[in-house]
Order: sequence, then C-alpha cells, then structure tokens
Amino acid sequence: MAIKKFITGNFYDEKVLFPAVTKVRKAGYKLYDVYTPFPIHGLDKVMGQKDTDLHIAGFIYGITGTATAIGFITWALTVDWQLNFGGKPFFSLPAWIPIIFELTVLFAAVGMVLTFCWLCQLAPFVKKDHFSPKITDDTFLMAIECTDKTNEAEAVAFLQSAGAADVKVEHRETGWWFGTYDKDTVKFGKPVPEV
Amino acid sequence: MSLNRYESQARGPLVVGSKDYHQITEDICRPVEAKPSALWWTGFLISAALLIFGIVSVTMEVMYGVGQWNLNKTIGWGWDITNFVWWVGIGHAGTLISAILLLFRQGWRTGVNRAAEAMTIFAVMCAGQFPIWHMGRVWNAFFVMPYPNTRGPLWVNFNSPLLWDVFAISTYFTVSLLFWYAGLLPDLATLRDRAKVKWRKWFYGLASFGWTGSTKHWQRHEALSLVLAGLATPLVLSVHTIVSFDFATSIVPGWHTTIFPPYFVAGAVFSGFAMVQTLLLVTRKVLNLEEYITIEHIDVMNKVIILTGSIVGIAYLTELFMAWYSAVPFEWFAFKENRVNLNSPYGWSYWIMMGCNVLSPQIFWIKKMRRNILVTFFMSILVNIGMWFERFVIIVTSIYRDYLPSSWSTYYSPSLWEVGFFLGTIGLFFTCYFLFSKYFPVIAIAEIKHILKRSGDNFKEAMKTEEEESLEAFEHANAHH
Repeated sequence: MAIKKFITGNFYDEKVLFPAVTKVRKAGYKLYDVYTPFPIHGLDKVMGQKDTDLHIAGFIYGITGTATAIGFITWALTVDWQLNFGGKPFFSLPAWIPIIFELTVLFAAVGMVLTFCWLCQLAPFVKKDHFSPKITDDTFLMAIECTDKTNEAEAVAFLQSAGAADVKVEHRETGWWFGTYDKDTVKFGKPVPEV
Repeated sequence: MSLNRYESQARGPLVVGSKDYHQITEDICRPVEAKPSALWWTGFLISAALLIFGIVSVTMEVMYGVGQWNLNKTIGWGWDITNFVWWVGIGHAGTLISAILLLFRQGWRTGVNRAAEAMTIFAVMCAGQFPIWHMGRVWNAFFVMPYPNTRGPLWVNFNSPLLWDVFAISTYFTVSLLFWYAGLLPDLATLRDRAKVKWRKWFYGLASFGWTGSTKHWQRHEALSLVLAGLATPLVLSVHTIVSFDFATSIVPGWHTTIFPPYFVAGAVFSGFAMVQTLLLVTRKVLNLEEYITIEHIDVMNKVIILTGSIVGIAYLTELFMAWYSAVPFEWFAFKENRVNLNSPYGWSYWIMMGCNVLSPQIFWIKKMRRNILVTFFMSILVNIGMWFERFVIIVTSIYRDYLPSSWSTYYSPSLWEVGFFLGTIGLFFTCYFLFSKYFPVIAIAEIKHILKRSGDNFKEAMKTEEEESLEAFEHANAHH
C-alpha cells in the first residue's frame, strides 16, 4: 500500500479515449489504469494488457471437480462400504456421470469466482480509494502515474491535448483496506516522496 | 476506426428514446433510490401474507406429519412434487437468458437478464422447499449429503436419480447465484457511488466488494462471465434432464420414456419464459422502464415461447404415439384411459394442459398478438397454469392407477395445508422479487451501456445514414481494424 501521485483526465467518448490511450503510451508516460463504467471491448488490447488466464484456472478447477467426484464415489461405493443396488456392479460409472458433471461445474464456477475476487481484490468490506464517483456512471477516467521522470505540467498539457477534460494532479492510495464507504477515506499508505 | 459495432436497421432498437450513459444510470437507479410506491407496498404485503400462510402450512405438516397432505397409497407424490418440478422449470429461463443467449450474442438479453436471473434464484429456492419438507422428518434432511457419519459410515446412493437431483439443484442454485452476483457487482458500485445517505453508502459499499471499474478488472469480469455462461449452459440442460430422470428411470407407465429429458427441458424454458413475461410486464410498467424493456423484448420472448411451446406439443404427441406404438398395454392404458379419456377422473387436467400449452400459444404466430401487452400477459398466466398441469398430469395420472386395480378407488385432492404450502412458496417468490426490485437495479446498467451505441434508438438512427452510403465507404468506416 502506498499513496502515489497521479495525473487524471476524464473522457466521455470511446472514439476520443482510444487514440488518447495510444498517444499516452507512445509518449512514454506510465499509464496506470483506465476506469470505465462498462466493459469496452478492445481497450485492454490498446492499453497493452495481456489476456487473462482466468479460464485456464477455471479448467483446472473443473478437472479437480471431476477427479474429486470420480475418486470419492469410487472409494465410497467400491472400497469403503460396498452396497448391492439391484445386483449392479459396485463400480457403476455410467450412473455416476450426472454427479461427476455437476461437481465439475460446481468446482469450476466457485473456484473461478473466488479467483476472480482474489485477483481483483474484491470482497465484502474491502475499501479502495476511487478517483471519481463518476467512473461508475458515464466517465472514462485515465490515470497516469507520476514517476520521478514525469514533468507534471507537460503531462497535464499532453493529456489535455489528447482530449481529456478536468485534468488534475492528485494523490491516491493504491492498495485496499478493510473499511466501509459511509466513513471518510482514511489512507494508510506512506506517500511516495515528492519529486 | 469505428467502435460502434454495426447492427442492421431490420432489428428494432433495444433502448428507446434519446439516451446517453448518464441517463441510463438515472433511469435504472431511480426506482432503487425513490421511496417505494403504494403499489409496491400492496404487492409486498400480499406476498408476505402468503408467505406467512405457507409457513403455517408447513408447520402443520412438520407437527403432524405428511399425512396432513392428502397423499395416499398410491399417490405418494401429489401437489408437492408437482410444485417442485414447476418451480424448477420456472427457474430455467434466467440462466437460459443470461448464459445461452450470451453465447449466442443476443443483444436483447441485456434488458431482461438481471430480473430473469433473480427470478431463477428465487424459483429454485421455492423448488427446494418441496423435496425437503416432503421428507416428513425434515430434521434429518442433511442425511442426503454424503458426509462421514456414525452409521457405518453408510454413504448415500450415488446411483439414484433422487440423489443426482440433490447435486443438480444445489449446484444450479450456487452457480446461478454466483453468475447473478458477479454481474451485479459493477451496478452495485454505481449505486454506492450515487449514495447520499449513510446506510446506503454502507450497504452498497459492502455489497459492491470495492469494485473500481479498472480495465483489467473488466477484462477478467468478461472472461468470468463468458466461462460461467459456458458452464451454465450445459448445467441448465442437465438440471431438468436430471429432474426428468426422477420419472424416466422408473418403470411407471407414463413415466418410463426416453423423450423425457428434452421434453422437460423445453417445457422448463417454456414456463420460465412465461414467468419472465409475467414479471417483466408488471415491472416495466410499475418502475417506468418501458424504454429498456421494450415491445421488441416482449416480441422475441414470445417467439421463444411459441418455439418451446411447440416443442412441448410435439413431445406430448410423440409420447402419446409411442405409448400406442410400443404395444405395451400398461403404457397405452395410462395414456388412453387415465389421460386422454375426458370421462376418467383426471381427464380434465390432461385437456387443460393441452389447451394451455399447445393450442393457446399458437396465437403468437400473429405478430400483432406477440406485440400486444395484454395478450402477452394473459398468455403468460395461461402458460404457467398449463405447465403446472403438465406436471400434475405426469405425476398424478400415472400413479393414481397402479398395477393393482383394487387400490384404484381413492380419488386424490389436495388438503388445505398442501395448497397452503404452494401458496406459501408463491409468497416467498414474490416477497423476494419485491425486495429485489426495491434494493437492486432490475436491469443490468453496465450491460445496457455496453449495447447503447449499437442498439440505442438515437445511435441506430445515425447508422441509418451510414447504411445508405456506398458499400465500400461503409466497410471502410466500420470494419474492425
């Protein structure tokens, strides 16, 4: 957790946002993040983000579920307590397919959602410092992180020329902490020293 | 580079009126932020009263045993399991809309998916009540779970369709809940950021898990939705398939048939869509959301209703034909004498089912009827009645005359507490729905914003001029680069 310095600008149109992202990256600024009220397809690519591997995690959880179901039922019905159901074999795999399938789906879904929450650091009572309440409404907010090489005045002017409105320099906590949104923001991180 | 994905003028707009992103937020959040209307209170209190009556009915059953219901030998499954299958069926539309239509890239799902998913969850909650309380000694209900116990440990019968049901329904409930809530997170964050009052900030802050709207989070969110949809699609088909196995794996005439799985799934979607129509026609009116749940949405859902209704109709005729063609006298008797014969004790229920499910939806071949709100509302109620009778017919007409004619004499009709239990689940369902429509956005705000520039009224109009341009210029402007 640390408090960092950002230059932020608002955008209201995807058609302005996309070229602006490209420009900012080309100019060598450290693009921290773009916050949007809804998913904009292709924005992650323009920002140079890699694809998420969440689906691979989902696959691993899924086969874990399959293995758990097959393993457990096999053990319970053929090893631990053999029961004769209408003279059928103890190992009656076809009859177990429904449960094997259900557990595959259950493990994959629960595992993926938990992984998603973990990766995005989402949980009840988790509080984060937000750049603007308009982000969840109609504003696309671009945040450029200030490093010791960043010339603030230049960066502000650059962002404005790229089409951003309300360009500001602000300090924000980048981590998360436990708290509630009815209290004022308490920042815990140590401020990054001013340049 | 144009970011607007092109959509033909042949499709009607999915968001009516000149909207922008902010206006969408305002429109959908308004009912959540306003004081509930008198109409809301009336509906809520009636539902709560029904729920209380249901609790009383269940209490009677728990205190005095399953004998409080008029179940007899041979009818061990009466209203109770009928209601169970009915509710599970209704619970299928939500996931169909949110998952299958997501995979098929149907833009219209965005207007209705949130409410339909909520409806799914509440319907599955109602469905779950019936097998649980039907156990009689409900304090032993946890015996259905495979846990290390002091009885051996003696494990549950993994070969039994009834146990498959336990896994199917609980998995379905869990996955639907996760899918629904994951989709809700960004919208709850919208409500959090708009909140002015302390408890609202606290509640929506807690509920939105600290959602920020970061691009990386959206990317993962999209991946999550897509994979969950991919998982939920076979899941939704499996659940009603497994419910149909409860019947189809037995040797009771009328149940012992291989077409049950697809027939049940089609019926489930059919009744689920009817319930979605019932709820949304009221919701859009009461919450002033006619611009987001448009006639276009109602029209396409009616098309799904006529499709699935006709599949169900074909299934009815197929099983009738197969009963005769199989040359099994018991099968043919169950159909000819217990169902089709109007003079038999339950013949009337078969023909109510046929009338409501097969004949009446045919009205939707007419476009004018599909787009008529009153007709749609009336039809949605009729379909729900018909689908309830379908389950009643399957259960009661198959078992009230078993292989032993000496036990045929008892006519089964439900007791007050049996009906009360059913009314109670209707109360539970609507109580939950009323609370949901008051405290949560009934339309997926972020998803509507996502399709706005493709399917919004004002944006479509702009595309109209593009459509008249030369093909080359149009392609140049709109192709993905």
